[in-house]
Amino acid sequence: MNARPPAGSARDAVLARIRAANSGVAAPAVPRDYRRTPTVSGEPLLELFVDRLVDYKATVRTCAPGDLSSTLVDICREWTIVVPPSSGLTVPGAVADDGLSHTQLDEIDAVLTGCAAACAETGTIALDAGPDQGRRAITLIPDRHVCVVRADQVVHTVPELLARLDPARPLTFISGPSATSDIELHRVEGVHGPRTLIVVLVA
Amino acid sequence: MTQTFLGMPHAPAGVGHLHGDRPFPAAARDALADTQLRRNLGHATATIRAKRAAVVGELEDWEDLRRAGEALKAYTMANLDELLLQLETAVTARGGIVHWARDATEANQIVVDLVRATGTDEVVKVKSMATAEIGLNEALADAGIAAVETDLAELIVQLGHDLPSHILVPAIHRNRAEIREIFLREMPDADPSLTDEPRQLAMAARAHLRAKFLSAKVAISGANFGIAETGTITVVESEGNGRMCLTLPDTLITVMGIEKVVPTWTDLEVFLQLLPRSSTGERMNPYTSTWSGVTPGDGPQTFHLVLVDNGRTAVLADPAGRSALHCIRCSACLNVCPVYERAGGHAYGSVYPGPIGAVLTPQLTGAATSLPYASSLCGACFDACPVRIDIPSMLVHLRSTQPHPVIERASFGAVAWTMGSARRFRFGEQLLRLGRLIARRGRIRRLPPPLSAWTDARDLPAPPAQTFRDWWAAR
Ligand code: SF4
Repeated sequence: MNARPPAGSARDAVLARIRAANSGVAAPAVPRDYRRTPTVSGEPLLELFVDRLVDYKATVRTCAPGDLSSTLVDICREWTIVVPPSSGLTVPGAVADDGLSHTQLDEIDAVLTGCAAACAETGTIALDAGPDQGRRAITLIPDRHVCVVRADQVVHTVPELLARLDPARPLTFISGPSATSDIELHRVEGVHGPRTLIVVLVA
Repeated sequence: MTQTFLGMPHAPAGVGHLHGDRPFPAAARDALADTQLRRNLGHATATIRAKRAAVVGELEDWEDLRRAGEALKAYTMANLDELLLQLETAVTARGGIVHWARDATEANQIVVDLVRATGTDEVVKVKSMATAEIGLNEALADAGIAAVETDLAELIVQLGHDLPSHILVPAIHRNRAEIREIFLREMPDADPSLTDEPRQLAMAARAHLRAKFLSAKVAISGANFGIAETGTITVVESEGNGRMCLTLPDTLITVMGIEKVVPTWTDLEVFLQLLPRSSTGERMNPYTSTWSGVTPGDGPQTFHLVLVDNGRTAVLADPAGRSALHCIRCSACLNVCPVYERAGGHAYGSVYPGPIGAVLTPQLTGAATSLPYASSLCGACFDACPVRIDIPSMLVHLRSTQPHPVIERASFGAVAWTMGSARRFRFGEQLLRLGRLIARRGRIRRLPPPLSAWTDARDLPAPPAQTFRDWWAAR
């Protein structure tokens, strides 16, 4: 840890101001009456997830575990693909990320990864830079993201999603492809992040 | 500690964008004369209102989330010293470096020094209210450092050499033809055959910024939330420019107001539901990034967190005004405000426009201003606010504590049509004045029908003796 800053520092001044402003102020209890447990599961949960993904302009493919390889080959057939170095998910011809430069990643058509968890109610996929997801740059620079989600990774609500994640890891929550509504509120899908998001749901 | 500093200085004038150079009524008059602006604003606010209502209606526990958010914020402010120290410890333990700034000038100096130390003269920026508040871009420019705004709307505002007009959609005052002209004039790499089709314009921005992202050495961001327990900083965005800035450069400098701290990781579950639905009217915004200090081999390897006061402790010191610090900058209160919809964001003379700006700006600056009068006290902002900030009561409080500003007289006739349906507006205000008669201890518990349906759901602050229109007419 850093050495303690000298007295009279900005840090001490700000803290002293806060303490003076807070004298006599009591903290309230926090009511948590909102939903923190699922009210949907099984098939309807996955249907909700797919519905939300499609609503936010992601492409969804559903396949059985035994068909995953062929499904991925089919999706990726026209593209150059990058995968994390020790990912269990790959396709023939894929380039493993061995520290590719930003410029090299910019030349690659698509990235293929898994995910850490997903939330059906919001259509959100969370990445935590785990072995089948890799460092953040590889899921950001290529223009297409093919993301495999297993049925057991899908939870119903946002509280359940956060409970599955480790905040010590760098996390990215993705809900549909990047988008902007900055020009006359006209929605344009795909700005700086991958312009195409393809979710492969293995169920 | 060798000195006790009990003074609560406000945000200094002469730096940053809190102190408007014109009083609200004068600036609002200009905005009212701008039909294009009013049409754009009317369209934008109506569209976002409808989207918000739809996604808020999907959650049966919305009111429970609002109450949790309100209490979490009050809890946070009451423990702000402890939580900031906890945040500092956690960020430091994870390899980040924490800086403290008393005000805008000090914060700007810290960031300028940090950028200078890297040897670069260009930084990429993620849209951030805090850095706009402190005038960081100007401070960087004075130091010979170019700050490239990467949010599409901020880029339009920056290249157009003007100011944001809305928290969420800062360039809403520009139409597509103007944006095309700005791009052709200001982007050396823009294709002259560029049309004004929004997709083409967005793709021109993508191409323009891509090279900058891939080669940037330093990025500057704000923070939506900083989690004390884990040292995790959160940025919520849509376009992916945030991810680019937070991931690709070697050095990341995050400027965060001290009120943005959140106690625990679990508490984020409340705000990650409240913010996107209130802000863009989405169930979840396209991208949210969180990081804790530095992760070896992934993202920036140097991380600085600059914690900024700049008048926030002065707000904290006012028991009746401190909940203005609870604001999570969703902009829902702007979109429901009849005054904002007509006057536009520029009239407020601050980076914080609309109802929240009318209460936050005067408290941060401590300056005499007409802003607390820029409201009809209709109460829509409270109903929309995801953390239940009682803006109407706060406006009444500020009107009672603020001396009436001396401003040039504006003829009421010129602005009589300000409120669109003037007759209805006047009628509403007369009803409100009637409300004074039945208010008890400053709160109206129940109005006679038909307004009782409304007061059944919420307490209405007692209206001031003088209404917005009376005040305006009297000047
Ligand atoms: S005051 Fe409330 S509604 Fe307005 S921007 Fe802040 S959080 Fe949103």
